[in-house]
Amino acid sequence: MTEEYLELVSARINNIAGHDSAVEEAKLNFGKPMVTISTENWTQDTARMLHDDPELKFNFLSCLTGIDYEEHMEVVYNLYSIPHNQYLYVKVKTPRDNPEVQSVQPVWKTADWLERETYDLLGISFPGHRNLKRILLEDDWEGHPLRKDYVTDKKAMGLD
Amino acid sequence: MSIRTEQMTLNMGPQHPSTHGVFRLVLTIEGETIVKAEPVIGYLHRGSEKLAENLLYTQFIPYTDRLDYLNAMTNNYIYCAGVEELLDWEIPERAEYLRVLVMELNRIASHLVWWGTFLLDIGALSPFLYAFRDRDLILDRLNEISGARMTFNYVRIGGVKWDAPDGWIEKVQETVKEVRENIHEYDRLVTGNEIFQARTIGVGKITQEDAINWGLSGPIARGSGLKFDLRKEEPYSIYDRFDFDVPTFQEGDVYARYKTRIAEMHESLKIIEQACADIPDGEYIHKKGKRIMMIKPKPGEVYKRCEASKGEIGVYIVSDGKTQPYRVKLRRPSFVNVQILQDYLVGEPIANLVAIFGSLDIVLGEVDA
Repeated sequence: MTEEYLELVSARINNIAGHDSAVEEAKLNFGKPMVTISTENWTQDTARMLHDDPELKFNFLSCLTGIDYEEHMEVVYNLYSIPHNQYLYVKVKTPRDNPEVQSVQPVWKTADWLERETYDLLGISFPGHRNLKRILLEDDWEGHPLRKDYVTDKKAMGLD
Repeated sequence: MSIRTEQMTLNMGPQHPSTHGVFRLVLTIEGETIVKAEPVIGYLHRGSEKLAENLLYTQFIPYTDRLDYLNAMTNNYIYCAGVEELLDWEIPERAEYLRVLVMELNRIASHLVWWGTFLLDIGALSPFLYAFRDRDLILDRLNEISGARMTFNYVRIGGVKWDAPDGWIEKVQETVKEVRENIHEYDRLVTGNEIFQARTIGVGKITQEDAINWGLSGPIARGSGLKFDLRKEEPYSIYDRFDFDVPTFQEGDVYARYKTRIAEMHESLKIIEQACADIPDGEYIHKKGKRIMMIKPKPGEVYKRCEASKGEIGVYIVSDGKTQPYRVKLRRPSFVNVQILQDYLVGEPIANLVAIFGSLDIVLGEVDA
């Protein structure tokens, strides 16, 4: 059942992209479907389709995580469909210099602050967001602390 | 003759009694009406996620206590449950029962703080005293089992820190009776009060569709008619063994959220009673859980979520096979829930602001992480 579901999701995403390679990888992660979508195919149309499609209906964005893998950055969306009680991990990779991932804030309002937080702490930009600016740190903070090469200024923090 | 008006900016906070912490709202108002509201957060940001990357898996548990410090047991639990999923450990049955007991006790304590402070915000002083009286009964039990009143660090990877002291279960059963009696008293004191109802009925309406789109969860979503509780929908731990309801109200206003939380306390009491009756003897922690250097999950990643008193709390943990996590993302319900203020305060009079804000039940330690 879950394998079939994975195929269904992949087919829908490839369909909206118009070619077969929009989904780079589809697998089960601890029993839950996980798809990796290439950056250029992660568009608001794709997000909108996942949200609206009657068979998928991922109407709830649980979590949005940015991860720095040193060679590249990744944004993970944990989607959940309340009507179908179904999960989906969506992963989008982006290069480490000038990382950019399409905003899904117009589709799931939840993403508003979650994207701002990811921008703030990891420096991943989300074009299409209504108000992308720092949220937890001060506006004039330098750098993005959750990047692996971030150097903590111990002196400035009074720790030295 | 028309009176000339102009918009003005009003800073509410960062130090304001109704924000229960350091939270700032930049309001643009026209007369008494709010035309724009911008929440400003981050005053309590401690970089919890960054800290996690430099600590052993077990060492991060006390930091989760300090997110939502009113509901720390669930924070402990979800972080440990996430790591356990990566480790694929079997948790002893007694440990799961103890976890459920402390989490449900903590849920009631958290709702009690909300009940007292929310009413304080909208002008009723005495409920606060009643709420804290009962909350302390519960905190005494939690103190006896964990050694702390609020920052418990009790749930551990693989189980719990130690077993319950002798006679603790019986004491909990007594507390349940007492608290149940007292919650009925709340209804007589507040729920039917006409002034209270005038302040809350029809105020701050959130439709079910909006609640889902904004990612609202917990009592706020259930107060908007969404019958959704992770304890029921995807029973984690051993929640599938207990008989309880998911109280849901359709109206979506402040009053509905109030009623949801009151009803939830009764359901938690039901769960505690059943858990006290059924708790088996046995181990309280997985044998490897006591040796923290052995906690080394295989490379992988997982998102795990559960039902906290404020909504869906989740962790996204990435392991690279070392003794420290590669990345820990904390999905904090207060952070997600409070962002709706941007849209939901527009058009409201200032007097409603405190009622709406209070009805969200946020904790700033969790908003700012």
